[in-house]
Amino acid sequence: MSEPVAVTVTGSTVAKLARGVRLREDPVRGLNVLLAPERALALDDIAVMIVNALDGERDLDAIASDFASKFDAPKDQILADVIAFVDEFSKRRMLELKS
Amino acid sequence: MNEHVTVRPTSEWTDQDGVVRRIRIPAPIAMLAELTHRCPLACPYCSNPLELEGVETELSTEEWISVFQQAASVGVLHLHLSGGEPAARRDLVELTAAAAKAGLYTNLITSGIGLTEKRITELSEAGLDHLQLSIQGATPELADKVGGYKGGYGRKIAVAEWTHAAGIPLTVNAVCHKQNMDQMGDMLDLAVRLGARRIEIATVQFHGWADRNRQALMPTREQFLKANAFVAEARKRLEGIIVIDYVGADHHASYPKACMGGWARTGLNITPSGKVLPCHAAETIPSLRFDNVRDKTLEAIWYEGEAFNAYRGDSWMPELCRSCDRKAIDFGGCRCQAMALTGDASATDPVCIRSPLRQLLSEQADADSLAEPPAFVYRGR
Repeated sequence: MSEPVAVTVTGSTVAKLARGVRLREDPVRGLNVLLAPERALALDDIAVMIVNALDGERDLDAIASDFASKFDAPKDQILADVIAFVDEFSKRRMLELKS
Repeated sequence: MNEHVTVRPTSEWTDQDGVVRRIRIPAPIAMLAELTHRCPLACPYCSNPLELEGVETELSTEEWISVFQQAASVGVLHLHLSGGEPAARRDLVELTAAAAKAGLYTNLITSGIGLTEKRITELSEAGLDHLQLSIQGATPELADKVGGYKGGYGRKIAVAEWTHAAGIPLTVNAVCHKQNMDQMGDMLDLAVRLGARRIEIATVQFHGWADRNRQALMPTREQFLKANAFVAEARKRLEGIIVIDYVGADHHASYPKACMGGWARTGLNITPSGKVLPCHAAETIPSLRFDNVRDKTLEAIWYEGEAFNAYRGDSWMPELCRSCDRKAIDFGGCRCQAMALTGDASATDPVCIRSPLRQLLSEQADADSLAEPPAFVYRGR
């Protein structure tokens, strides 16, 4: 078994939800929740969009470009937000990263 | 079982300016299913009650599946399959599959004993989301002594490797006390080596079996402070590698724990025979009566059950707690601890520095922590 190493998140990072982490609708509370061991996080619409974009294939730069064209917003700003999001969830061991 | 909760019940909560509000009772988030009280281990701090329920009283496969489906529809997100040792149930894979099908996040809380490589693969295919494996120490000698089960340590390492190979995310659960706290660093290293994404380092809570072993288990104040500092340092060092959840020794802390996130606010517990409890130790409160899933729906029990409503809101609180600025943080602490230490389950948890009994509790904890550890009183033996 290899020892895991913490990864620095950049625009060329490729991410997807780790096994054991899943996004689902919670009809009882009317929320989208991200479920992980002992954690249930209510996600807003933007967070849901980011999680759904983490397909394990496109890097964060490509995802940010896609969002920039869809929402007519500056790409650099979006990329910074996506990186911050991925960094935060990665520290919680909720993502699998490649870079 | 055809009753339905039509009006969402509320509980009372007094604001800091003295205004009494009615607040809606939230839906439960987590359910702990004690599938059985049978267990090959005999840990001296077992959270099961002193009176264990026998195999002949256990809910059937169909009954458990109905409970899981009801839990999902009432709002439960996380299901913890626990025990005893849940692997002692022959229908564990079937139960896991049914829970996953109901949409629940399934977490198996296990000692590892009774799991084989084949069974872990089957659990993975059944949709098990996560596995939580207990360790009792960082060396076979100490771990097997605490668990009262020879060869347990070696088996756990194998189970962790099979779990990792099957791709199931792993949490290592290390219950800490006087006799293994000095191995905390080694237990954390072991968890990282086993590929765990998360470790729970939880100090023994002194109820039930643990209360019978106070002198063998109570950590010293020095161990408590050292552990706090160690965890703070390790969290920084291992950020992004392993998540550390830590529960310190509350007998040495200044304020009580927010036990269960507040009574009957977030979670519930089902015993092997189907009794529904607000927490696993609630049966130590003799005035409470508990409903059973064989008689009522889970929804009715959660919202209307006598035991669940006994300590909701703040109208049950002594004035010391009701007027306290921390009541929305710790909800007056642990009801079972108040019962055990004061004889009154609605008293302020004596761990609180504002409790008149705090001094006595500290003196007792210090005396127990410094005592030469006697032989363990093992659970069920």
